[in-house]
Amino acid sequence: MDGAHDMGGVAGFGPVVPEPNEPMFHADWERRAFALTLAMARPGGWTLDMSRFARENRPASEYLAMSYYQIWLAGLEQLIFERDLVRRDEIAVGHALHPAPQRPLLRAGEVAATLARGAPTEREAQAPARFRRGDRVRARMLSTPAHTRLPRYVRGHVGVIDRVHGCHVFADSSAAGTGEQPQWLYTVRFDGRELWGPDTSAGEVSVDAWESYLEPVEEGSAPR
Amino acid sequence: MSSSHDHDRHDHSELTETELRVRALETVLTEKGYVDPAALDLLIETYETKVGPRNGARVVARAWIDPAYKARLMEDATKAIAELGFTGRQGEHIVAVENTPRLHNMVVCTLCSCYPWPVLGLPPVWYKSAPYRSRAVKDPRGVLADFGVALPDDVKIRVWDSTAEVRYLVLPQRPAGTDGWSEERLADLVTRDSMIGTGLAGRPGDLA
Repeated sequence: MDGAHDMGGVAGFGPVVPEPNEPMFHADWERRAFALTLAMARPGGWTLDMSRFARENRPASEYLAMSYYQIWLAGLEQLIFERDLVRRDEIAVGHALHPAPQRPLLRAGEVAATLARGAPTEREAQAPARFRRGDRVRARMLSTPAHTRLPRYVRGHVGVIDRVHGCHVFADSSAAGTGEQPQWLYTVRFDGRELWGPDTSAGEVSVDAWESYLEPVEEGSAPR
Repeated sequence: MSSSHDHDRHDHSELTETELRVRALETVLTEKGYVDPAALDLLIETYETKVGPRNGARVVARAWIDPAYKARLMEDATKAIAELGFTGRQGEHIVAVENTPRLHNMVVCTLCSCYPWPVLGLPPVWYKSAPYRSRAVKDPRGVLADFGVALPDDVKIRVWDSTAEVRYLVLPQRPAGTDGWSEERLADLVTRDSMIGTGLAGRPGDLA
């Protein structure tokens, strides 16, 4: 979706303000919201892409007004409510009121191994890659109300395939619940002036883009 | 952890709406058997005390002193980093990008907060904030200035926007005057920001 989360190049947010000796969390509720989000992925059964969409899919004014972990909390609540794992009346009274179907649980003894394993997204390729390193490509003009990982600031612009990463779970379908549908993933490098005109201090900017985000640019490309 | 926990409690005579929501959510999920509170404690402890930029600093220092390791890191960073025992969540596919006298790399996630957890831990607030996410891709020199860093005009800045599940680790330049230094001592010069690209590695004089 073309939401407030898609921030690349947006003006007016002011300077970056680093916090000296910043603590990992700024309040105890942030710790719990962080850990609940990680732990609930197992019983909840949602994908990382679904949880990203749950966080970003909200009114722009709301997204921009919330702190980072407030967004995580709102996303987690949405995923939980959508699946009827918890109802709002239970949050209101602070106790379980309704039956709870059994779900898999992340137990303390499994935490270390689960984190160390992670969730690799690379899958075996079912078809050869369409693009090779050095190919010129254009980021498609895609706009969807659903989850996508092609930022607005590169859409329509021409770049060069810089790296080929293998086939990876496609974020858009993974977020939509339509399966992994792995695609070739590329790092696409853009000249800063291609994206922003002459007044940029970015020499080159790259994004990681799935194959369906890209189309070939034939004219003027160097022969191979 | 427990002392800051107590601190939070004492600072707020009344719980905020957000605190109440989180507390209610955890209680209900625990009562329903969906979360194990001990697992939550472990998750927090892991990222608050075990996983952090010291891991990445070890990787960088090793690459500075061991050319064969550096070659492996540039070839397949995920595998080379796993040699030091750092693997897993939000670091399943890591790419190392090297700074040179002519090229400076900076990493951002304009869409959310993607960050290489196994080597850097959880991201700082500024990394997740609108000012950084909006400006890094358009005016990285302006961002560097916010960090008090100025690079020569002939240094090209390359910004890596982490829009998929690949995570980027910047290999900063080794500071001058560190010939013969041990890996441990070099690691003390490797700052978190130097591995994001919003800073440079420290100089020998920075260590007291």
